[in-house]
Amino acid sequence: MALIKCPGYPEDTLRSLAERLPCRETQLATLLALMGQPDQYSYPSVFIYGHRATGKSHVVLSIMKDLELPHASVDCVECVSSGLLFHQVLSAFFGPDAAALLPRCPSLSDFVRLYKQMSSNSPATQTRYIILDRAERMRDMDFSLLPALLRLQELVNDNVTVILLSEIVWEKFRPNTGCFEPLLFHFPDYSKAELVQILSWDHHPSYTPELYASYINILLGVFFSVCRDLRELRHLAVLNFSKFCEPLEKGEAKESDIHKLWKNIEPHLQRAMQTVYLREVSSVQWEQQFFFSPLPVVLSAHAHIELPYYSKFLLIAAYLASFNPARTDRRFFLKSHGKIRKTNFLKKHEKTSNHLLGPKPFPLDRLMAIFYSVVDSRVAPTASIFSQISSLVTLQLLSQVGHDDQLDSPKYKCSVSLDFILAISRCVCVCVRLYRYQYYKFLNDTQPYI
Amino acid sequence: MANCLRLKINLCIVRFRGPQSATCCQRSCGHRKYAGQWREITGPAPVKMSKRRSAALTGAQGISLAQKLLRERLCHQKLPDQPVGLDSQYKHLLELLRRTAVHGESNSVLIVGPRGSGKTMLLGCVLRELMSLKEAQKNVLLVELNGLLQTDDKIALKEITRQLHLENVVGDKVFGSFAENLAFLLEALKKGDKSSSRPVLFVLDEFDLFAHHKNQTLLYNLLDVSQSAQTPVAVLGLTCRLDVLELLEKRVKSRFSHRQIHLFSSLSFAQYLDVVRAQLSLPPDFPDPKFSDEWNHSVTKLCEDKTVEEILRRNFNGSKDFRSLHSLLFLAVSRVSVSHSTLREADLIEAWRLISVDSKANVLHGLSILELCLIIAMKHLNDTYDGEPFNFQMVHNEFKKFIQRKSHSIHKFEKPVVMKAFEHLLQLELVRPVDSGVCKVQREYQLMRLMLEHGQVMEALQKYPQCPTDVKQWALSAFG
Repeated sequence: MALIKCPGYPEDTLRSLAERLPCRETQLATLLALMGQPDQYSYPSVFIYGHRATGKSHVVLSIMKDLELPHASVDCVECVSSGLLFHQVLSAFFGPDAAALLPRCPSLSDFVRLYKQMSSNSPATQTRYIILDRAERMRDMDFSLLPALLRLQELVNDNVTVILLSEIVWEKFRPNTGCFEPLLFHFPDYSKAELVQILSWDHHPSYTPELYASYINILLGVFFSVCRDLRELRHLAVLNFSKFCEPLEKGEAKESDIHKLWKNIEPHLQRAMQTVYLREVSSVQWEQQFFFSPLPVVLSAHAHIELPYYSKFLLIAAYLASFNPARTDRRFFLKSHGKIRKTNFLKKHEKTSNHLLGPKPFPLDRLMAIFYSVVDSRVAPTASIFSQISSLVTLQLLSQVGHDDQLDSPKYKCSVSLDFILAISRCVCVCVRLYRYQYYKFLNDTQPYI
Repeated sequence: MANCLRLKINLCIVRFRGPQSATCCQRSCGHRKYAGQWREITGPAPVKMSKRRSAALTGAQGISLAQKLLRERLCHQKLPDQPVGLDSQYKHLLELLRRTAVHGESNSVLIVGPRGSGKTMLLGCVLRELMSLKEAQKNVLLVELNGLLQTDDKIALKEITRQLHLENVVGDKVFGSFAENLAFLLEALKKGDKSSSRPVLFVLDEFDLFAHHKNQTLLYNLLDVSQSAQTPVAVLGLTCRLDVLELLEKRVKSRFSHRQIHLFSSLSFAQYLDVVRAQLSLPPDFPDPKFSDEWNHSVTKLCEDKTVEEILRRNFNGSKDFRSLHSLLFLAVSRVSVSHSTLREADLIEAWRLISVDSKANVLHGLSILELCLIIAMKHLNDTYDGEPFNFQMVHNEFKKFIQRKSHSIHKFEKPVVMKAFEHLLQLELVRPVDSGVCKVQREYQLMRLMLEHGQVMEALQKYPQCPTDVKQWALSAFG
């Protein structure tokens, strides 16, 4: 590891700082070069961008804390109003008394005036840093806040630098008439080797680091093509390590039997991708299910919504009404439909396929007509049937299209996916496939839309 | 000797130009003692400096002092002694302000120029010279307003009161209108017995933002005062918008004197190179003359290097303003340290690389394979349907077609996993919904657009680390 030297800061602090920031030595060196010595001026604003969990906040805040530089760290998500931002900056630099001088709803003018006043009382011997994390939120605040902060050094005539940290590129921040352009600085993503190096840092003390490294390699083999976020990978590594070590504890395998351990953990990781990674189950639930062996088949939250009997039919009818064009109802839902001309069923605009453009709205009458033909017994149109439609709307399985006031012919749309409908239809033994227009057309194709 | 004789003649001409000529002299003849002699003749060489000059600084101290000076110049935008290339505008503005300050004429003028062309710098230099005149120093009051800070007329009025130091005079008075308030303030500026009042210079930075205030009251009243000749008032607006006059209401525009000073940089590339050299050189009053001579010499040699000239030419072709030049030079200067104590061409090359990189390409480099495949699927949809918006279902469909037919290395992912990858792209704003805000449609069916160009995607693929070949081939194939 190359020694990082920067005049004006003590060497051993820099060395310990570099040790705490693995794989970020180049970025650390460049940042220190940009900052220069504490009493020198730095560029008025610096914009640091990069993917999440690439270490932007961590590196910048570590530098500030270890080298004990005067800084104000503000997270823009917390600043619902700009007054909160001003308050935090003033209290970090000049103490809470200065922040108390701000009026009730401070404007930018008040902030700059107070800052100038305070800094003339206590001029800066070192560069002051204002660090704005998640700076993309600033675009939604006052329109003049971002351009003013970018040139704060000029406005208050003080040795202050504003550092903006964000995930989103600078081109999306620039105001219409332009502004003072900050220096752009990119934090690159970690490569696979670097991820292994960093993740191996929190290896369990009772096992060897090589075992942990091989575990991380297996984990990355499953997850690297999907996700490169260091935080997610760390979370998954911690959750699944006990499962990985199960064969070792039971005595079924030794540490060198990597293949056996892999065979044990790999299906587990695949299931984790469908549940914990998607936050369908919480990590507590995930860890608990180790104690109940064997694993339940379906862990996801989509498991089953219990619906009343006729509601299931109503939902199936709604799905068919949404995705079949109205002119084909006759063929599918009448017992005897007479002669069918062999016209080309698919119109031109339907070629891009109904299924891809989303559900279409349908009137209530059509829903009831399809419902009566799909349901297996005779059902009377009572209020209980209609009230079930309203409860489906409340459950957001159906959505109402159009105005609430339309009482005589309300229109609905189906908001559930095909998998859900198939799961329901299995319970009520309805063969949805036979009714699906799409399936009928592509019966001979190999495309597995079902 | 002939060189020096020629120089002597040149000296007479360049003597009054300022410190940057010191380097010209050194470049052409490189005679130290001539440089020393010449400094004493023209420079305002204070006596203290010559005493300090004898103490040589260590390497580290010299570098740190040089860095400090250069950073003040490049980052803090310290006012130069003379603005470069803006002579006629400088004279015009100075004359105007002198007439207000000394002779009591009211004036209004707009300084118009693109971002970074030197408006504030020009104004700063003119005001500095104005305040050095004895009559102006005693009388003139300066009020500086900024459109970004004073976003409202009420706030602007409070700021004017404060800058004129009239808070005590105003006290708790309540005024009926803006005009009354302003008239009161200007009345209060009149000196005790004299009938004339002190001239006030109003500087309005980001002038176009003031035009967005309600009824443009502040502008109307200020320009009204400047027309009615009661108090000598000069209204100076600085703006980057060329069409600023279109923003003004009719009654405001008629009170404006329609005097505009345009700052369009007319530098040629040779002059630009001279500016670069001047910006990087250390001034003659640097405490360690040996260090500064070496530094200036290396800077001169650097500017003559072919690669550096190429980089500066590309920067010049991009924009002639000094702000972008300052950021390029700052990035290069920040790399100077004790271990490599002069500016080298590698520094400038690295600085140029940092400035000219495409940030979206950097973002694409860090995406996972799944997200990259989704982007390629979107690119194919754009190509097939000529840029029509798409939704997640269509993208997923394309991706499934790729997985079934062509892919060996990427196995099938469940739909929710693909959805999560798609949402990550949404958060990075690489994909944007067509009508943001309308959430009546399910998320999978909401129409989106891709915010990347065909060329950017293909370039990103080339640089992507360990990109599987089947993915690359899919991207290059014509139709899905």
